[in-house]
Amino acid sequence: MIRFEQVSVRYEGAERPTLSGVDLTVPEGELVLLVGPSGVGKSTLLGAVSGLVPHFTGGTLSGRVTVDGRDTRTHKPRELADLVGTVGQDPLSHFVTDTVEDELAYGMESLGLAPDVMRRRVEETLDLLGLAELRDRPIATLSGGQQQRVAIGSVLTPHPKVLVLDEPTSALDPAAAEDVLAVLQRLVHDLGTTVLMAEHRLERVVQYADRVVLLPSPGAAPVMGAPADIMAVSPVRPPVVALGRLAGWEPLPLSVRDARRRAADLRERLASVQPPAPEPLTAPPLAPVAPSPVRRGVLDRLLGRGARTAAEPEPAADATARVERLGVRRGRVEALRRVTLTVAPGETVALMGRNGAGKSTLLATLVGMVEPTSGTVLVGGRTPHRTQPREMVRRVGLVPQEPRDLLYADSVAAECAAADSDAGAAPGSCRALVSELLPDVPDDTHPRDLSEGQRLALALAVVLTARPPLLLLDEPTRGLDYAAKARLVTVLGGLAARGHAIVLATHDVELAAELAHRVVILADGEVVADGETRQVVVSSPAFAPQTSKILAPQKWLTVAQVRAALGDPS
Amino acid sequence: MTASTSAPAGRTPLARRRALRAPAASRSNALPAGAWWLWALGLATAASRTTNPLLLGLLVGVAGYVVAARRTDAPWARSYGAFIRIGLFVVAVRLVFSVFLGSPIPGTHTVFTLPEVPLPDWAKGVRLGGRVTAEQLVFALYDGAKLATLLICIGAANSLANPARLLKSLPGALYEAGVAVVVAMTFAPNMVADVMRLRTARRLRGRPTGGIKAVLQIGLPVLEGALERSVAVAASMDARGYGRTAQVPPAVRRTTNVLTLGGLLGVCAGTYGLLAAQGAVYGVPVLIAGLVAAMAGLRLGGARSVRTRYRPDRWGVRAWLVAGSGVAVAVAMIWAGGAYGEALHPGVVPLTAPVLPLWPAAAVLIGLLPAVVAPVPPPVGTPANAAPVGAAPVGAAPVGAAPVGAAPVGAPNSKEIQ
Repeated sequence: MIRFEQVSVRYEGAERPTLSGVDLTVPEGELVLLVGPSGVGKSTLLGAVSGLVPHFTGGTLSGRVTVDGRDTRTHKPRELADLVGTVGQDPLSHFVTDTVEDELAYGMESLGLAPDVMRRRVEETLDLLGLAELRDRPIATLSGGQQQRVAIGSVLTPHPKVLVLDEPTSALDPAAAEDVLAVLQRLVHDLGTTVLMAEHRLERVVQYADRVVLLPSPGAAPVMGAPADIMAVSPVRPPVVALGRLAGWEPLPLSVRDARRRAADLRERLASVQPPAPEPLTAPPLAPVAPSPVRRGVLDRLLGRGARTAAEPEPAADATARVERLGVRRGRVEALRRVTLTVAPGETVALMGRNGAGKSTLLATLVGMVEPTSGTVLVGGRTPHRTQPREMVRRVGLVPQEPRDLLYADSVAAECAAADSDAGAAPGSCRALVSELLPDVPDDTHPRDLSEGQRLALALAVVLTARPPLLLLDEPTRGLDYAAKARLVTVLGGLAARGHAIVLATHDVELAAELAHRVVILADGEVVADGETRQVVVSSPAFAPQTSKILAPQKWLTVAQVRAALGDPS
Repeated sequence: MTASTSAPAGRTPLARRRALRAPAASRSNALPAGAWWLWALGLATAASRTTNPLLLGLLVGVAGYVVAARRTDAPWARSYGAFIRIGLFVVAVRLVFSVFLGSPIPGTHTVFTLPEVPLPDWAKGVRLGGRVTAEQLVFALYDGAKLATLLICIGAANSLANPARLLKSLPGALYEAGVAVVVAMTFAPNMVADVMRLRTARRLRGRPTGGIKAVLQIGLPVLEGALERSVAVAASMDARGYGRTAQVPPAVRRTTNVLTLGGLLGVCAGTYGLLAAQGAVYGVPVLIAGLVAAMAGLRLGGARSVRTRYRPDRWGVRAWLVAGSGVAVAVAMIWAGGAYGEALHPGVVPLTAPVLPLWPAAAVLIGLLPAVVAPVPPPVGTPANAAPVGAAPVGAAPVGAAPVGAAPVGAPNSKEIQ
C-alpha cells in the first residue's frame, strides 16, 4: 500500500539528510508502528506518506514514495487527500472549522462528495468514534481526548485507505488513550484501513501493532519486522519488554497478558524478596536563596514600589506546601473542591487523574496564578497569589506543559542570563545547571532548535536557578522518548534527595511508579485517593504500571526494582 | 409535538398551536446566518433614522431581549457584552469631545465653564475648553446614542449567528477565500490565548506582567507562535484537500476571466457615471450590465471548484419571518421619518423633552418577532452542551453496516472522559 524506494530527505541548511536509504513496503490492512528515539526523522517519514514532505515543508526528497500506486512527487497533498488521512501531533492545529459536525464534513466537502453521502458518513463516524453527543459542540470546548477523536474522525470520513498518525495518544490520559487505540484497532480489523503511526508511549501501543519499523539513529536505514523481533534489538522499549529481556523470556512478550503467563517462575524467584520500602524522608528542608539587592527602576522608585517586599521576614514552615480545603471556581464550574494536600521537603508527589480533573488548576493555584475561591494555600509560609512574582520564584517553580512557553530569549546563553537576573542568583548559576542537565549544548543554540527533551531540561534549569524548595512539573514526559525520560528521572531523583519537594501532574503511570513517593488521584476536582505509591497504583487497573500488573499480587513497581532484587548487575 | 404532524386533516386546535410553537434548535432547523444579519441590519437602519433616545433605547431593548432569548453558549455568542461596552464607550467619547472641543450648537443653558485655552489666530474655529451648555451635551448624547445603538444591533447579529456560517453561504467561486477568512478570524482568539499563556510564563519566571517592557518581550513570541500555528493549519488544510480543482475546458476558463474582469470594469464605469455630473445617462445601464457580467463570471468560476456543501442552512418560513421583521422595522422607521419627523428628531435648541411617538414605537416592537419564532437553543448547561460525556466506543459494529443511530455506541459507560 505504501512503498518507500531508496528515499532520503534533506532539509535546507541541514548538514546531513534527516532520512536516508529508506526502503520499505507497508502492506494493506496492517497497523504499523514507527519507533525510535527523538529526532531520528519519524515525523519526516510520516510526512512523506501524505506528501507534506517535501511539498509543504520544503527540503529535497530523493527516491520514490508511492501510496496505492500514486507517486507523491507528482501528486500534491491535496490530490492524495482521498487516499491518505493525516493527523499531526497537536489536534488543535488540525481543525479548520469550529464545530464537531462541520469538522467531520470538511474533508468530504473538499473532495466534492454528494450531500446525502456526506450526511450518512458523518452519522456513521459520529457513532464509530462515540462523538454523537458532541456533534454540535464548538471544538474549542472539548477535552484533549475528545479533540483527538474528532481529529481522527475528520480524516476518516473521506474513507482513506491509509491513516497516518503522529503520536496520537501522547497527550491523553490512560483511559482516553485506550479509547483512541480501540478505534484504530477497529478500523484495521473491520475496514482494512492501513495505519502507520509513530508513538513514544510504546507500553500503550506495541501490543496492537502488526509490524514495527525501527529507526535506530538519525540517518540510519529503518529496520522492519515483527514486533517481538524488533523489540529485542530496539533502543526504546516499554517496561513489559524490558522485564522480558531481564527474565530472558523467548519470544519477548508484548502485552501484560503474554507476560503474566510466563511470569509464574519470576514471581516464584521474587517471592522471597521484599520489594524495597520507600526510603524515609530525611532530606533537610531547603532555604530559599537570599534575595540579592534589587535595583529598582525610576518608575518603581517614584511610585515607591519594590521596597516593601524585601523587608518582610521569612516565615518558618514545616511543610513546603500546605493546601487546606481548597476550592476553585471558574464561572459556575467548580474546578477544585475541598482539596487538602501537604507536601513535605524531599517528597515527590504524583498528581494523576483524567484530562480536566483539575491537576493543572491545582498546580496553578500553588504558584499563585489562580486565586482560590475558598480554603487556604501556603507555599513556604506565603499565600501564593498575594505574593510578588519576584518573591514567589524563590519558593516555587513550575515547568509548564509546554516548556517552550517559559523560554523567550533567542539563545541558550541569553536565556540563562535572564534567568540569573530574574532569580537574583549569582551570574552563571543557570548556565552551570544547564551544563549539568544538558552536557553538550552550545551557548548560541536557539531554544526552538532543541529537541523536546532538551527544551524541558533548559526550562527546568531556568526554574531551578532560583532554587525553589517546591518544584512543580506539568505533564513532563509528553513527547519524551525513553532515554530522555530516564535522564529526567535521574535528575528529579537527585533533586528530591537534595531536599526539593516535587509535585508532578502526569498521565504517565510508569513515571509515577519510578519517581513518586506518594500518588494523589484527582477526579472532578476532588481528591479520591492519596497514599503511598504502591498502595494507590497497584490496586488500580488504570494507574498501575506494567511491572506491577505482571507481577501482581507482589508489589513491584519498576523493572529497576526487579533487576536489583535479582541481583543483576547490568 | 410530533403527534400533530402525523394526524390527518382534523387536527385539534391544541395540536395546531403546538405545531406553531418554536421548536428546539438543532442543526436541521438552524436559521441561516443571513436571516439574523438581515434582522439586525434592519434594526440598525431604523436606529440610523432617529435620534430620539426613547426609540433608541427601545431598539436596544428589543435587540437585547432577542439575544437573551435565543443565543447559544457558543464562544461567539458571548460577544454581545463586548459590543454593549463598546457602545457605552462611544457615548462617553462623544461627550468628552463635546465638552473639551466645544460644539457648533448654540445654547443658552450654561452648565459649567472650563478655562479656555487661548489659541493663535491661524487656529480660528477651533476651541479648547470654554462654555459648556446643556444643549450641546444633549446633542452629543443623542448622537452618541445613535452610533452606540447601531453597534449594539451589529453585536446582536454577531452573537446570534455564527460568523463562519455566514461566510459559508458565499458563492462557490469565493468559498476558498471564505475559508481563508474564517481561519484568519480564529487567529485573534488564539493570539489572545497565547498572550495569556506568555503572561503566565512571565509570572513563573518572577517578572512583572504589566508594563511596556513586558508587552514588547511578549510580542515577538506571540507572533511567532501565531505564525507557526497558521502554517500548521495550512498544512492540515492542504492534506485534507483544500484547493482541489476540477479540470475545466480552456474556453470556459477564458470566458470566466473575461466576464469577471469585464463585469468589474463595468461596475466601476457605471458607478463613476452615476457620481459624475455628465454621465447619468449611461451610468445605470452600464452598472447593471457590469453586475450581471460579474455574477455570471462568479457562477462560471464555481464550476472549477469541486466542493459540495454539507447540510447548508435552509431558508424556511421562520427564517423569512426573522429577516422580514427586521426589514419591517426599517421600512416603518423610514416611513415615519416623514410623518413623525419631529418626534424622531427631538429638538435640542430649544431643549425639549423627547416624547415617544406611538406608531413608530409599535413598529419597533415588530423586531421582537424572532424571540417567538426562532428555534429555541437548549438552555446553558444542559446535557447537550456541557455534560461530561462517557463516549468510549463500545462493541464492534462494522462501519459500513452500522444503521444510523442504532450503533452500540455511547452506551452508559463508567469512564467519563471530561
